[in-house]
Amino acid sequence: MNIIQNIKIAVRGIAVNKMRSGLTMLGIMIGVGAVIAMISIGSGATSSVTSNIQSLGSNLLMVRPGSAGMGFGGARQAAGTAATLSENDAEAIGKEIPAAKSVSPEFSSSAQIVYSNQNINTQVTGVTPEYQEVKNFHVEFGQFIESEDLSNQSRVAVLGQNVIADLFVSGEDPIGKTIKIKSVPFRIIGVMELKGEAAMQSPDDSIFIPLSTAQKRLFGADNLSTINVQVRSEEEMDLASDQIETLLLARHDIGNPDEADFRIMNQADILSTMGAVTGTLTLLLGGIAAISLLVGGIGIMNIMLVSVTERTREIGLRKAVGAKRKDILGQFLMESLVLSVLGGGMGLVLGFIGSFVLAQVGGWPFVVSINSILLAFFFSAAVGIFFGIYPARRASLLSPIEALRYE
Amino acid sequence: MEVTVEGAKMIIETSQLTKTYGMGVTSVKALRGISLKIHKGEFVAIMGPSGSGKSTLLHLLGGIDHSTSGSYILDGVTVNDMDDDSLAEVRNEKIGFVFQQFNLLPRTTALDNVILPLTYGKRKHGDLRAQAMQALTAIGLEDRASHRPNELSGGQQQRVAIARALINEPSIILADEPTGNLDTKSGDEIMSVFDGLNTEGKTIILITHERYIAEHARRIIYLQDGKVVSDENLSGDKPTTPKTEPGQNGERE
Repeated sequence: MNIIQNIKIAVRGIAVNKMRSGLTMLGIMIGVGAVIAMISIGSGATSSVTSNIQSLGSNLLMVRPGSAGMGFGGARQAAGTAATLSENDAEAIGKEIPAAKSVSPEFSSSAQIVYSNQNINTQVTGVTPEYQEVKNFHVEFGQFIESEDLSNQSRVAVLGQNVIADLFVSGEDPIGKTIKIKSVPFRIIGVMELKGEAAMQSPDDSIFIPLSTAQKRLFGADNLSTINVQVRSEEEMDLASDQIETLLLARHDIGNPDEADFRIMNQADILSTMGAVTGTLTLLLGGIAAISLLVGGIGIMNIMLVSVTERTREIGLRKAVGAKRKDILGQFLMESLVLSVLGGGMGLVLGFIGSFVLAQVGGWPFVVSINSILLAFFFSAAVGIFFGIYPARRASLLSPIEALRYE
Repeated sequence: MEVTVEGAKMIIETSQLTKTYGMGVTSVKALRGISLKIHKGEFVAIMGPSGSGKSTLLHLLGGIDHSTSGSYILDGVTVNDMDDDSLAEVRNEKIGFVFQQFNLLPRTTALDNVILPLTYGKRKHGDLRAQAMQALTAIGLEDRASHRPNELSGGQQQRVAIARALINEPSIILADEPTGNLDTKSGDEIMSVFDGLNTEGKTIILITHERYIAEHARRIIYLQDGKVVSDENLSGDKPTTPKTEPGQNGERE
C-alpha cells in the first residue's frame, strides 16, 4: 500500500460523506482561520504601531489631566476630565524645563460643524503655532494658525482631510469658505496633510482653531486638555518627564506623587497601550484558534471512530486479503490527515479573508506571510495525526475474523 | 504420511487443532482436535450442521483466526505460532478467500476490488491493472471491470470475489458457503467456476450445507461438535484421500 493509494482511498471515503466530512472540517477551518488571522493581525498591527509612533512626532511627551475626583473617595471619572492643566503650566514647562524644546498646549472638545447643507460632529482642537512642529503634523494647503490669530482670537480654522471629505462633498476648494462651529462662523485658512489612520483618534478628523478662540469664544474654558512637549533629544526623555512631574506637582501643591492630578505619557506608554489592544485581540484569536482546533480535532476523532465502525467489514476483508496493521493504520491516519488538511486549507482562505477585513477596519497593512501558510498546514496536519491516531490504531488492531463477522 | 501421498504434495497438515471461545465455565469448544491432511490439487467440501465448527476450521486454515492448541502446517510453513503481521503475509500470498457475502468493497469498481490483494503484496512489479483485468477476463467479467458491486448481480459479484481470490496465485482457495447467498442458477455457475479451477490444478476447500454442492468436490469431510465424523472420498478418479481417519480425533478426550 503506498501513500498515493492511501490518499485516493481517503479522498474517496471523504467524498462519500460530503456533508459529514464538511461539518467535521469546519472546526479545523475555524481554528486554522483564527491562527492565520492572528498572525496577520499581529504582524500588521505591529508595523502599524511602529509607523504610528514615528508619525506621532519625535521625542514627544504628552501631559494630560487626571480624572476628576482623583485622590478623593467616590466615583472616578474618565481620565482627562479634570480641569487641572492651565496655560500657565504650559508656559512654566517651556520656561523652566531646559530639555523642553517646544511646548504645544491644546484644548479639544467635540462640536457640531455646519457647512452648506452638511452637518457633522467632530473634534475641534484649539492649538498654538507650535502644534505643527511638536506633533510632526503640517498644513498642506493654505496656512496654519499663527500668533496673531491667538492674540486676536480670530475665527479661523484649519481642517483635517477627513473633515474636508465630509463637508466639501462636491470637491470645491475649501480655503476661504466659511463653516459654522457651534453656530459661530469660521473662515477656513488651511488644510492639514493626510496623517493616515492612527491608533486612537485620527487627527484627520479634527478641526484646528486658535487655542484662545477655542477656550474663550467657543467652549468657555480656561483649562487645557493636553500639553504636548517636544524634548530636545531621546536621551533626555526620562529626565524631562521627571522634571515636568516635579514642576507640576509643585505648581499644583501636591506632596504625594501618587495623588497627581495629571499624567505624563510618552511614546513608549502609547505603544504599550496600543500593544495591549492588539495583544488582547491576538490573545482572543489565539484562544479561539486553540479551542476550535481542539474541538475540531475531537470532531475528527469522533467521525473517524464512526468511520472505523462503519467500515469494520471492509477492515476485516482488507486484513483477510493480506493487509497488515500498518496498512490499516496508514489508511485511516491518511483519511484523518486529508480531512484535517483540507479543513486547514479552507481555514487558510477563511483566515486571509478575515484578516483582510480586519486590516481594513483596523487600518493596518494586510500582511500575508509564507509562514502562516506553513503554520496552517502544520497545525491542521498535527491535529489530524494527533486525533486520528487513536481511531486508526483501533482499526488496525481489529481481529480479521471478528471484523468480518461484524454486522 | 509425510510429504507426498501418491505423488501429490501435502499442502495442509493439521494435528489436534482445537479452538475454544471464551474462558472458564462459559467457554465453548468450537473445535475439539482436528487432524487433517490435504494435498495439492484436492477439491474438499466440509459439511456439517450449524455450530459444528466448520467455519471455525476454515478460518483457522485461512489464518484469519488463531487456534487454541494443536499445530498447523500450510505449504511447508508452521502457521499456528505466527504473529499477526506474518499471518497477514501468509494470507496474502498463499490463501484466496471467497465469502458467502462476497465482501466486495462498496463504491469500488470490480477491477479495483480484484487489485486489492496485489496492493498489499510484496511483489509489486508489473502492471497491477493488467493482471487484474486478466483475472476478470478469466471469469468472463472483462466487460464489467468498471462496474461497482451494486451494479452487479450476486453471481457476478461472487465471480469478482473469485477473481480477487485468484489474483495472487494462492496455494489454496477457501470458500465459505460461496453459493449460500445465490439462486440455484448462479450457484451452479459459481460451482462450475470452481470445477474449472480444480481441473486447472487449484486446491479448493469449501464449506456448504448442500449435498449437491458438496458433490462437486472429490472429498467430503463431515464435522460434528468440533470433530471430524467422516471423511469420504467421492470418486475414484482422483487419488486424494489419505488414510488418516483412524485415530484422528475424539478418542483422546
